[in-house]
Amino acid sequence: MNPSLNMALISAFTTTTDPGMAPVATPFFFYLLSGLAVAGGFLVITRRNPVHCALALIVTLIAMAHLYLMLYAPFVAAVQIIVYAGGIMVLFLFVIMLVSIERASKDRRFNRIWPVGLAAACALMALFVSAFVKGRALFPDRMIAIPEGSNTQQVASMLYGEAGRMGQYTFAFEIASLLLLVAILGAVIMTKKKI
Amino acid sequence: MPNFIMSYLGSTVTPGEAGNQFWALIYVLIIFAAVSLAVVAMNWFERKALAHFQIRLGPMRVGPHGLLQPIADALKLALKEDIIPAEADQFVFWIAPVIGLLAAFTVYTVIPFGPSQAVSDMNIGVLFMLGVSSLGVLGIVVAGWASNSHYPLIGALRSSAQMVSYEVAMGLAVVSAVLMTSMKTGTGTLSMIGIVESQQQQGIWFIFKFFPLGLIAFVNFVIAMIAETNRAPFDMAEAESELTAGYHTEYSGLRWSLFMLAEYAAMIAVSSIAVTLWLGGWLRPFPNLLNAPAWDFIFSLFPGLTFGALAAVAVIGVMRMPVHPYFRVQRIGLAVFAALLGFIALFLLVIALAGRSSDATVAARFRDGIDYVYWFVLKVALFMYLFIWCRATWPRYRFDQLMRVGWKVLLPITLVVLILTAIVGVIVS
Amino acid sequence: MSAAAKDGTKENVNDVSGHALPHAIPSHLHLETPEKPYLDSNELIINMGPQHPATHGVLRVILKLDGEKVLGTECVIGYLHRGVEKIAENRTYAMFNPYVDRMDYVAAVSNGLGYCEAVEKLLNVEAPPRADYIRVILTELNRMASHQLWLGTHALDIGAMTPLFYTFRDREEILKIFEKYCGARLTTHAFRIGGCQYETYAGFEKDVKNFLTFVAPKIDEYEELLTTNRIWLERTKNVGVISGEDCVALGVTGPVLRASGVEWDLRKAQPYSAYSKFDFDIPTGENGDTYDRYLVRMEEMRQSLRIVEQAVNSIPEGPIMAKVPKVIKPPVGEIYHSIEAPKGELGYFIVSDGSTQPYRLRVRPPSLVNLQALDVMVRGLLVADVIAVIGTIDIVLGEVDR
Repeated sequence: MNPSLNMALISAFTTTTDPGMAPVATPFFFYLLSGLAVAGGFLVITRRNPVHCALALIVTLIAMAHLYLMLYAPFVAAVQIIVYAGGIMVLFLFVIMLVSIERASKDRRFNRIWPVGLAAACALMALFVSAFVKGRALFPDRMIAIPEGSNTQQVASMLYGEAGRMGQYTFAFEIASLLLLVAILGAVIMTKKKI
Repeated sequence: MPNFIMSYLGSTVTPGEAGNQFWALIYVLIIFAAVSLAVVAMNWFERKALAHFQIRLGPMRVGPHGLLQPIADALKLALKEDIIPAEADQFVFWIAPVIGLLAAFTVYTVIPFGPSQAVSDMNIGVLFMLGVSSLGVLGIVVAGWASNSHYPLIGALRSSAQMVSYEVAMGLAVVSAVLMTSMKTGTGTLSMIGIVESQQQQGIWFIFKFFPLGLIAFVNFVIAMIAETNRAPFDMAEAESELTAGYHTEYSGLRWSLFMLAEYAAMIAVSSIAVTLWLGGWLRPFPNLLNAPAWDFIFSLFPGLTFGALAAVAVIGVMRMPVHPYFRVQRIGLAVFAALLGFIALFLLVIALAGRSSDATVAARFRDGIDYVYWFVLKVALFMYLFIWCRATWPRYRFDQLMRVGWKVLLPITLVVLILTAIVGVIVS
Repeated sequence: MSAAAKDGTKENVNDVSGHALPHAIPSHLHLETPEKPYLDSNELIINMGPQHPATHGVLRVILKLDGEKVLGTECVIGYLHRGVEKIAENRTYAMFNPYVDRMDYVAAVSNGLGYCEAVEKLLNVEAPPRADYIRVILTELNRMASHQLWLGTHALDIGAMTPLFYTFRDREEILKIFEKYCGARLTTHAFRIGGCQYETYAGFEKDVKNFLTFVAPKIDEYEELLTTNRIWLERTKNVGVISGEDCVALGVTGPVLRASGVEWDLRKAQPYSAYSKFDFDIPTGENGDTYDRYLVRMEEMRQSLRIVEQAVNSIPEGPIMAKVPKVIKPPVGEIYHSIEAPKGELGYFIVSDGSTQPYRLRVRPPSLVNLQALDVMVRGLLVADVIAVIGTIDIVLGEVDR
């Protein structure tokens, strides 16, 4: 998104903010939810029982959804819950339940390539930090209150609006969905020996 | 602080929109209590209605006509020994019913019992509802797994597959209703209150919109919602003749009652959603056609008259009871119940009369609120009857047939209906 | 037994819980070790019964499942074994008569008829015609009651709750007639060796005729609930198919055999009692599936009504008891006599050593023999179909275990 448009959007929304809608105890809920998300993530990688891991992951995902809500992105929050917590995690559990739990918990927790994983995690972290530091100008320095009511329409016009004006992400969006389709086909071919 | 509390009273929006946490909390408590009470009432009604379908009488011993039976049952369940199987996963076993219950009750935050009679009017209301109700399956899956036993495991597998597949058809049916909201204004809405309001603006319940497209979407939603709540004829997960009790085979006492509470709460929740999306939510019949104050008055008499009719039924029950010392307590009990219903009826009629004079008084607002809730609850109650009716009438589907119905029948039909709705909508506007 | 127990209790790694099962599993159901030990799909052993809502008593079926698909079954019976045949060796012929009621307790009259006729054949006496007619009326009413109970429980197994209560309402009328006739509702002990103990009560014929007019529309009512119900059709059509040849090879009799297209009914094939005097049809099916068995039994109820109607309209006057000695001492010899019970061929094989007690008595119970077809019928089907098939075979565990 180009910076000028972004600023325009921000200014447009900040003016319409209703002071009555200011959220209560924002820092408290932010730290609560972030703490939950981090704790859930920690449990995911430390618990031996895969079902416990999955449940912890669900806690993380739901905490993330609430963080989206705090960022005035209810649409993304709802999609997060429907797709990840309600759909994908149920399928995860579905698979995990069929696996012999006793055996899985006796296996090694981390396999031999854990240094690579650690390095990748550090690299990702570095990316986030550098993006945050370098892109400071792009981000607003305080939380902007966007009217909740227009969020869904905003997302829709970003994705499907006329090209050149708001619908600049149509192509990227469709490409992403095509990518997912390829992944689905790959999964089908890998699991089904004959179709 | 009192100012903060009182300031909401004059408002015509939900407490969530008004940003009034106090009233939001009050609404949550009211809804929680009312839904719990409704589950208790539903429990009694289901047993009685099912019994009469099956030429039985149903509960007759605990209280007059078994009216106290659900309370006796609840007491029994609460006092039962709390058993966790030795091989079960203790923590997960403990948390599973709580997950189901939380998911079932959280949906109620967006259900509009009236234009301002809801906890909050989220602009993603429908999505929120779909998302949260899809979390309910987690409780079932996890319960089946944590029991560490074969029958619960198979029950959990069945129900997770079933709920995930029917959610797709359910979501598509919902989308076709959401599409209809954009007809007059050009922009649709996902807000539950907005959906009902657009039905009022367009002057038609969405079930009759683009006949028969709305009707087909509605019927598909109803089928999917019966499957989603694991009720007969789709009660695969707890098919008692196959899997003894399915995912809650190992549960007993209070935990089991939590599952039942969640199931019935979920039934009421999905029925509320169907009512909101297709049957005009809180709107009374013909709100645009018969909109004179006289009609308002006539329709506002309905709540009182309904309770009056219930009181009359109870009085007839008192009179039909045999005159015998054995029945003395029951007669008195039923008479007291009839008197209670009669007082409620009288109270509602008085409010209807008091609210007639002007539109601005507190009494008028109170009358309107009662009206909205009454029509909403009446429509939901019809759905509850539908659930019982289905259970009494049909055999159970087999699991593979159930999946076939979900994927090969419901899904294509809803997809076609969705596309047709969009095409017709474009042509019309 | 000890070898099997050792075999069964060995650690079973395929079990989901990872724990050994506490019971012996027959060798042909042993799970195969998956190719890849980790993250491979498992076969599952499920123990259905003896405490299970849909196994009609205390039948225990061990199922080997792949997902929900049935790979094999094993019936474990004997939980209701009371040694009826051994008891017979220690009772006089007349004293043993009430015991047979306790085998197929939903069709006690048929059991009694079979036993009395077998002993009569051994004694070489014949029941007088009036007794024969009373026997036919009561037996056919009992067949109706048995089929009604079957229909109710079978429909309940498939998930339709309501027919159960309808059938029990109508079965009640039959039981009332029994109660008026002999004082008992379930284990009737209605017949004696050589005829009937009791003369019909005043108004018996009226009661039976009233029942006939009462129940005919009720059968249509059951059919209305189920016969064209889409879900019922999907649950029963092409489920538990068994061919006529398989039925004959396994010795399956009764409605199960007739639904597979074999027209074999002992009432016609080797008429006993007064059956040769009545006009009735033998309903048969074509596909041998659960739906055909359902249709056959529904039609059999109607045919039973026909027989009862003819019998009650032409019931002769006369004695109800043949001349039988006070102490029954059949001549040395052996006899096999079988009748068409509601569930199939019910046979009694009696060896007499000339004393007052049978030397050996052996029952050929239709339920036990028909149950052997379960494995053939359910292989490759789903768990839910096992329930439907157990219901459609119509077993009574009292008869299977004796």
